[in-house]
Amino acid sequence: MPLLEVDRLQTHFRTPDGVNRAVDGVSFSVDRGETLAVVGESGCGKSVTAMSIMRLIAEPPGKSAGEIRFEGRDLLKLPEREMRKIRGAAISMIFQEPMTSLNPVLKIGRQIGESMRLHQGLDRGQAEAKAVEMLTLVGIPEPKRRSGEYPHQLSGGMRQRVMIAMALACSPKLLIADEPTTALDVTIQAQILDLMRDLKVRVGAAILIITHDLGVVAEVADRVVVMYAGRKVEEAPVRQLFAKPRHPYTRGLLAAVPRLGSSLGGRPGRLAEIPGIVPSLKTKIEGCVFASRCPEVEEVCLRFAPALEAKAAGHLAACHHAVRGREEAA
Amino acid sequence: MSASLLEVNDLEMHFPLGRGLFGGVRRFVYAVDGLSFRVERGETLSIVGESGCGKSTVGRAVLRLLKPTAGQVVLGGVRIDDMSSGALRPMRRRIQVVFQDPFSSLNPRIRVRDALAEPMNNFGLAKSRAERDRKLNALMDKVGLPREALGRWPHEFSGGQRQRIGIARALAAEPDIIVCDEAVSALDVSVKAQIVNLLGDLQQELGLALLFISHDLAIVEHMTHRVAVMYLGKIVEIGTKRQIFARPRHPYTETLLSAVPVPDPDAPRRRIILKGDVPSPINPPRGCRFHTRCPYAFDRCRTEEPRLREVERGHEAACHLNDRPAEDNPLLSGARA
Repeated sequence: MPLLEVDRLQTHFRTPDGVNRAVDGVSFSVDRGETLAVVGESGCGKSVTAMSIMRLIAEPPGKSAGEIRFEGRDLLKLPEREMRKIRGAAISMIFQEPMTSLNPVLKIGRQIGESMRLHQGLDRGQAEAKAVEMLTLVGIPEPKRRSGEYPHQLSGGMRQRVMIAMALACSPKLLIADEPTTALDVTIQAQILDLMRDLKVRVGAAILIITHDLGVVAEVADRVVVMYAGRKVEEAPVRQLFAKPRHPYTRGLLAAVPRLGSSLGGRPGRLAEIPGIVPSLKTKIEGCVFASRCPEVEEVCLRFAPALEAKAAGHLAACHHAVRGREEAA
Repeated sequence: MSASLLEVNDLEMHFPLGRGLFGGVRRFVYAVDGLSFRVERGETLSIVGESGCGKSTVGRAVLRLLKPTAGQVVLGGVRIDDMSSGALRPMRRRIQVVFQDPFSSLNPRIRVRDALAEPMNNFGLAKSRAERDRKLNALMDKVGLPREALGRWPHEFSGGQRQRIGIARALAAEPDIIVCDEAVSALDVSVKAQIVNLLGDLQQELGLALLFISHDLAIVEHMTHRVAVMYLGKIVEIGTKRQIFARPRHPYTETLLSAVPVPDPDAPRRRIILKGDVPSPINPPRGCRFHTRCPYAFDRCRTEEPRLREVERGHEAACHLNDRPAEDNPLLSGARA
């Protein structure tokens, strides 16, 4: 049994001008100890998916339907009291902006210790000693002194380390990381990605990483889910996704990202673009969600939504053409 | 030698800090601390570096949004660093800017038409209403927006479209050079590619120079001619794209390049992970400013500040390692490509 199974998740928001279908029937699973990346652009529903798993969507205006099974239990059906026992313990989360997700008026040792006092019943002294241990684990120099400091006294990279220490304090089985390195500089990003890889081996938690950066995906993920306009359009093991992307959107994304060392010629070059913009999620989309920007669009794409189909072992794509590709190959 | 379009000589930009409760010695943030570069007509020079290195401050000083503490900014042969604001006005037409955040850089209560017409009116670039309308339509065509968008409000557009409006507004003044301060950083991958291509096309078509300030090295490599790498208020290396990206001669450049995540799971990774954080520009380290994090630092680096010096034609680096014989220089043994 997978650790987490997201099954036909729909998270919709009621707005004054219609229902926003932020996540519209998305399914995937995460195995114990694996790293799954959910990748996509702004508004594709990747963060809302993460928030839905944590049950952090305000209801109303939001509403999640479908099932989110964690170790077999449907999180969407749990009473809030039970959910609170899971948050920060079995499932924890780190966010993009470490400055706004830390409490500015509490010392960081206290913030890290809080979840251990709550979930593991440690007293204040024990929790603060454990917090210093966690700070050591995430590589903060002088952990004892730092645990007595406030968030504003730390740099961005150190704050993100503190967030990670907080998230790992209760040895979670699943760590959800929503754009954990997006706000950081490249040299600090490299430190944090390195830390996450290292900790995954040591702590053994499964990681669900939400990102828009295909470079980050290639660095840390075992498997990848590609989302577009609230739907999953492709899913594959990481090597396969980069080597043989099946969905035109994935291919477009990969082509649009310049690679270091690929354009050293004298003149500036052109990047592959995906023309147009993401469709509004407030109108029901008939047919394929990517049809309005797809270079390979045909009549059938506008009329019928393509089903997700297995194109190879563990490799799913929702595209009418990817199906034909398989027939041609046969 | 013909003059460069933009020349910056020994630019310094120091910001005073408050004196604190008991007065004491006035302290400064040394945001930009003595740097020089040139931008030629039709050329893109990119300034790269991490947060707080001073790259945006350079942009602002060049635009004269800030008055430099010391040094010269020469635009088209005319010194603008010490000009009065009145004298500066006609010069402002020649150097325009596109900012990072397309949501906060457009006035939400001004229609696109009026936002674009403003620079034309200010600088007297259209003699009649008909000429202005013709120019407005041409601008929309240039940046790839429909002409009817002129009558709409900023909130009606997506991030990428707003950035196109931002570019159109910069172009409306018919400048020689545009400062792009992280102009594509906030955009999604697919839209970023559109805007990068647009800037490239406009440069070709109009012979524009670009001062492209960015932390995104892959994008920079893609669209630039030359690159300056900044660290703690100084240029540590400057050269052509090929020199900087294929044969870096400063350990910081080497580290930056190695830190960029490669969108390919099978790519070989030779990552140099730096220890610690960037030191504070209030109290920069003595000697070489990078020595506290440099994997190759030796005694001389802690006491003597290296100067930028030419390591090959058109390529300058500020590192003591380059004084050593080639076989003893780790920067040369690990050369890429």
